[in-house]
Amino acid sequence: MKISKSLLPLVTPLSKDNPVIVQVLGICSALAVTAKLEPAIVMTISVTAVLALANVIISALRNTIPTSIRIIVQLVVVAALVVVVDQVLKAFAYDVSKQLSVFIGLIITNCIIMGRLEAFALNNRPWPAFLDGIGNGLGYGIILVIVAFFRELLGSGTLLGCQVIPQWCYEHGYANCGLMILPPMALITVACIIWVHNRKAS
Amino acid sequence: MENLNLFIRSIFIDNMIFAYFLGMCSFLAVSKNVKTAFGLGVAVTFVLIVSLPICWAINHFILVPGALTWLGEEYADADLSFLGLIMFISVIAALVQILEMAIEKFTPALYNALGIFLPLIAVNCAILGAVLFMQQRDFDNAWTATVYGAGSGIGWLLAITCLAAIRQRLTVSAVPAPLRGIGISFIITGLMGIAFMSFLGIKI
Repeated sequence: MKISKSLLPLVTPLSKDNPVIVQVLGICSALAVTAKLEPAIVMTISVTAVLALANVIISALRNTIPTSIRIIVQLVVVAALVVVVDQVLKAFAYDVSKQLSVFIGLIITNCIIMGRLEAFALNNRPWPAFLDGIGNGLGYGIILVIVAFFRELLGSGTLLGCQVIPQWCYEHGYANCGLMILPPMALITVACIIWVHNRKAS
Repeated sequence: MENLNLFIRSIFIDNMIFAYFLGMCSFLAVSKNVKTAFGLGVAVTFVLIVSLPICWAINHFILVPGALTWLGEEYADADLSFLGLIMFISVIAALVQILEMAIEKFTPALYNALGIFLPLIAVNCAILGAVLFMQQRDFDNAWTATVYGAGSGIGWLLAITCLAAIRQRLTVSAVPAPLRGIGISFIITGLMGIAFMSFLGIKI
């Protein structure tokens, strides 16, 4: 499939240059919110929105920000956007916002955001920066959704809160794997994804 | 006694890395050699110990609903808690900047050893994470907050030093090619997390 050059920033982060498993950014939240599918999806949407907007703002300001204080400027822009996202979630999705607890606030220190601002938004025009933000947000989201899918399916037997493993399985001795919900298995699940991805790439 | 319990818990049970995955990015990026890993761990611990009481004071005297009563009766119903994130991240960024200048002035050797990782502590999730947990758990005084900061920092230091020591040994072992580098570090961290789960239930 041939992809026009202007869309490259949107497409490469999905697999070849994935922010989580190739660039190794944003691991903290990718692991912590993936015990269930629903918070993972909400987190993806929040990070994508913040990342795209922050990329556009910083890219528009890139010629006026003095290099020596750029980190503080970036932090303030991102923090302001995250406050908006936090308030919106508290207003419209209170339960999920409670489940995500501190991790919404931690979008500020999500390395994907700082990494993309430094590496892309500071040297590119707003439109490619916007596409790069959306692309990296979705690339992050794909990993989150895959990890959360397996952890929720194997750990609680549900998907998005609905029971998918039928009752007769439990009656014949199937049991949920409680370890999948605990933190260490998130790391091992991501390691398996990295394994498959590198295998395909080579 | 309460504080000692909190200290032990935040090192072993609520470990920043193994229980909450905070500060994973620098944890994975800087853990290639024990010496640098230890230096970064000490710097993170120091920033945590300093920033937690300051953020506690800001939260307690400025942000929580009704906190501004000390300014006068007319401010008694002000609620500035939505400003929390911006205030905390600015305080942390400023502190890291001051710390950087102080280290450069007084111990140039440590400054050179830490290099770029010193300014990057500002965006280490472990710091902001600890501040947000402190706000969520609503500690009664600045001393408890400091103890929590020290415990979290030492827990992080312990984790990064262990991982760096294991990774130094890994260079001579036969890891499957697609897992080399970052993949195996994830698995090792996961196994260390399972090992740390055995501390669950410790109470002093």
